[in-house]
Amino acid sequence: MKERLEELKQEALAKVDQADSVQGLKDVKVEYLGKKGPITEVLRGMGKLSKEERPVIGQLANDVRESIAQAIETKQTALEDAELEKQLEEESIDVTLPARPVKVGGPHLLTSIVEEIEDLFIGMGFEIKEGPEVETDYYNFEALNLPKGHPARDMQDSFYVTEELLMRTHTSPVQARTMGAKDGSEPVKMICPGKVYRRDTDDATHSHQFTQIEGLLVDKNVRMSDLKGVLNAFAKQMFGADREIRLRPSFFPFTEPSVEMDISCKVCGGKGCSVCKGTGWIEILGGGMVHPNVLEMAGYDPKEYSGFAFGMGPERIAMLKYGVDDIRHFYTNDVRFLEQYHKA
Amino acid sequence: MLVSLNWLQEYIDVSRYSPEELAEIITKTGIEVESVEPVAEEVTGVVVGYVRSCEQHPNADKLNLCQVDVGEETLQIVCGAPNVAEGQKVAVATPGAVLPGNFKIKKTKLRGEESNGMICSLQELGVDEKDVPKEYVDGIFVFPEDVEVGANAVSLLNLDDLIIELGLTPNRSDALSMAGVAYEVAAAIDGTYELADENVQTSEEKAADHVSVVVEDSEANPYYGAFIIKDVQVGPSPLWMRNRLTAAGIRPINNVVDITNYVLMEYGQPLHAFDYDRFGSNTIVTRRAKDGEKITTLDDQERTLKSDHLVITNGEIAHAIAGVMGGAESEVQEDTKTIILEAAYFHPSVVREASKDHGLRSESSTRFEKGVDPNRVERAGKRACELLAKYAGGTVLEGVVSHDELDRSEKQVTVNTSTINDRLGTEISNEDIADIFRRLQFNYDQNGDEFQVSVPTRRGDITIFEDMLEEVARIYGYDNLPYTLPQGASQAGGLTLEQLVKRKVKAYFEGAGLHETITYSLTHKDKAQMLVSPEVKEKSLSPVALAMPMSEDHGTLRLSMVPELLESLSYNVARKQENLAFYEVGTVFISEEEKVTKQPQEMLRASGALTGEWLSHPWQQEKKTVDFFVAKGILEGLSELLDLPFTYEKTKLDYMHPGRTATVSVHGEVIGFVGQVHPKLQKQLGLKETYVFDVNLEALIEEYKKEEKFQTIPRHPSVSRDIALVVDESVPAGSIEKTIAEAGSPLVKDVQVFDLYQGEHLDEGKKSLAFRLLYLDPLRTLKDQEVEEAHNAILEAVKNQHQAELRG
Ligand SMILES: [Zn+2]
Repeated sequence: MKERLEELKQEALAKVDQADSVQGLKDVKVEYLGKKGPITEVLRGMGKLSKEERPVIGQLANDVRESIAQAIETKQTALEDAELEKQLEEESIDVTLPARPVKVGGPHLLTSIVEEIEDLFIGMGFEIKEGPEVETDYYNFEALNLPKGHPARDMQDSFYVTEELLMRTHTSPVQARTMGAKDGSEPVKMICPGKVYRRDTDDATHSHQFTQIEGLLVDKNVRMSDLKGVLNAFAKQMFGADREIRLRPSFFPFTEPSVEMDISCKVCGGKGCSVCKGTGWIEILGGGMVHPNVLEMAGYDPKEYSGFAFGMGPERIAMLKYGVDDIRHFYTNDVRFLEQYHKA
Repeated sequence: MLVSLNWLQEYIDVSRYSPEELAEIITKTGIEVESVEPVAEEVTGVVVGYVRSCEQHPNADKLNLCQVDVGEETLQIVCGAPNVAEGQKVAVATPGAVLPGNFKIKKTKLRGEESNGMICSLQELGVDEKDVPKEYVDGIFVFPEDVEVGANAVSLLNLDDLIIELGLTPNRSDALSMAGVAYEVAAAIDGTYELADENVQTSEEKAADHVSVVVEDSEANPYYGAFIIKDVQVGPSPLWMRNRLTAAGIRPINNVVDITNYVLMEYGQPLHAFDYDRFGSNTIVTRRAKDGEKITTLDDQERTLKSDHLVITNGEIAHAIAGVMGGAESEVQEDTKTIILEAAYFHPSVVREASKDHGLRSESSTRFEKGVDPNRVERAGKRACELLAKYAGGTVLEGVVSHDELDRSEKQVTVNTSTINDRLGTEISNEDIADIFRRLQFNYDQNGDEFQVSVPTRRGDITIFEDMLEEVARIYGYDNLPYTLPQGASQAGGLTLEQLVKRKVKAYFEGAGLHETITYSLTHKDKAQMLVSPEVKEKSLSPVALAMPMSEDHGTLRLSMVPELLESLSYNVARKQENLAFYEVGTVFISEEEKVTKQPQEMLRASGALTGEWLSHPWQQEKKTVDFFVAKGILEGLSELLDLPFTYEKTKLDYMHPGRTATVSVHGEVIGFVGQVHPKLQKQLGLKETYVFDVNLEALIEEYKKEEKFQTIPRHPSVSRDIALVVDESVPAGSIEKTIAEAGSPLVKDVQVFDLYQGEHLDEGKKSLAFRLLYLDPLRTLKDQEVEEAHNAILEAVKNQHQAELRG
């Protein structure tokens, strides 16, 4: 009987091994482990055995049954996995086909530049101030040391709405307003980005509307060397540590002394080329020490307080940094232009 | 200002610098050099030739056959210039010469005759036509007789000069003269220069016997000096003077005019010469013009004067607009014998007014407008007399007849070393500061570290401490200033909540697939009032328009960004870019006045415009063009972002589709609109179905700031119930939603439409709308009965208000 069981076990395991489908395996299970199966039959014949033999054979029969069941289960899992694998294989797709697009927009190049500059100055402790685009003559000119009849008003021919109201020609009135609100006793540390307007005919280098960012710091003991330090830090971060900067004297009615800042030409590395008109330098911003008349009009005592101010044009910076060759591109909103600079 | 390097070199030795180095030094100390360029393109092989004979070409009427002696040989040259003649000294490009444009001169045959070179016009030698004396514009240039045959014509004509172009800021009018430039360069390179004294020989005859001067408005004309020069012979000025004028961009005319222009360039002082015999009296009266008074100026234009203008008269009629332009009647002509030479100081504003009113900006007016050096006015007159005697054969009568109330005193500015160092962040010594003043040729009295500086009158721009601070800083060198960072109490910079939210909103639009655009604020007056949101339209009484626009297209401030956004879509579609989604965040300008007198309200708004395909996935045959719900979806995302519920109500707006437009409201206030552009407008703009939105971002940010941002997450379960209602198809889902929310308050926290059905099993004109309602009390678990009661109340309300039937 023992032999018979051993034989059955080998036989069953061989069939399990050979089974190649879940159904085939089920058949093996019914054949060997079913109520009418050979093992049950063996057990049924146990009555003929001696009292001593019975538990031994019983145990053996159970072991055999157990081994077969185990084998079937293992095989079952393997077969199921294989079948699933096969089914999944049939579901396979061409992963190289185009994706379902996700719409992605992006910021305008000028916004990217403005925000980059804002973030640089925020890092240096500046606040961002905004102000009206339709300004009073007082804040746009008079508070900035440009009284009526001043020849420098010619420099920035303006769009007037009434005799006293105009489209601001620079963002400096925001500085005048911010200072004016401080009562002449608190420091100011701000930058003011925004749209400005001048009486220019639109062409490749002129636009009747453009963007400006100006900065202002007023405090006790502000030095011209501080202006130099701040502008240097800005320029190196904005244009790269390898660019040289140079300050040279200039003139603005609202600053004295006044400066203009150049950076070394990226195209020729300073040797001189058509981009830098042979000078090796490219003008990037203007600034200076706040004129005492401006401080005074804002309520500060120019003997006690001093300050510096600077201003730059994001369009110009964008043109230099990204090679934009026509200022009108910023305002025609050609989608091919807009998309090109989303990474800027 | 164009500075001839050869001319400058005569005043101050700059030969130790290359032109580029010199330009760099001048730029760094204060005056920007815009360019350094040769006066003309390079020319080689051109010499002075003597025309021995000049005969007509045997085979061509308009050509001449010339035998030209160029020193070593005599060349036969065919010349077509109408003014070529025997006995002239001319510029000859010999075979092998190279003219501008890399034009090489070779031996050739013209109509069968040998031609071994070319007799040149000034234009052919690279001189700009506007600088060529009129008599030589249409022909060859003729040298004065005294030049040597065979000499290098290029250097005789100063064509080897370099021109330094200075970009002068308005304060540096002192450098509008060669003398001024020389003072500046002397300070910059620590060289020496001083304007040389004039040297005039006068006759014994007195000018005062021939002319008198009366000034009526001494404030407008504090100095007027008249010199009399007799026996003048009008003719060409010397070649060197013509060359210098050409280099300065001034066309040579005749010796008298050239001399006044030359002194103008040399001293920065404009002068004017009148023909004494044509002046009409021997009294010069300067006065304010009469309104409507007329004068014919040198350019043969009749001009009408105003009382703002100053005129030079003979007591009756005006012979010049002071500082701007002379009159034609008393103009110096070829037969002029005696001249009155005017050297005057006219007040800058008087000249500015006149030059502006007449649209005449001349070399003279530019200088007067900025203020000339009071100490150089009379000197300039003397200098011109000196030159007139020398180069126009004139006899200068003794004395200058003048009216003189001119302030020639030097301004005093006091500075001290410690304040200078405090302001600059430097440690400059007293000695170094004294040395800077020496280089600038500023006299000073020093007392310890205090300097009382006398500012030369040529530097009218320096009046206060800060001006002197700049002088010190620029000569010390901006390059030598240290780099420091501000020492004041540090503040944390950063964005305000408004600025942060604005950035967040923009990032949201971009994440939602929209490209940011920037359009012009100034638009056409018709466009300014198109597609304006109803709440803006209601507020705005008149659009804000420019007083004097440059063009109609940019004459009025926008009340909506939508028209320009549509313009941008149209621009792109015309360039075959058809699937577009744009947004803009910007201001519109609202005036609540009938006639604008106050600053308008500048309202921050967010607008968008979408057209074409929204999403497409061709190989899966999926395609979605933009529709109302895409645009609305973008607004709903914004609503979600800001946690502010938006409600929509159907509306009609001009230029919008009457059936597909809605107002957008927050807390019952209209803040914008969304919808389809009217198909007629779409067609005009070449657009397919296009949807736009426009909302008041400023109001949204305000509301956002008010909202309580964080709510506890409810711990109690919510109950969800669905209802399907049958209503007339005209009933908007939004209004049923509103009724449900109101009737179910406070337990109903959310209402969503999840199905819309029309058709089979429903009566004609009816639709079925299914809503999912969410009941919740954050503080406790709701009982079934409570929900049941609330649900019944809702059914009651929708039945009453919308005749809604529960769908069976
Ligand atoms: Zn370059």
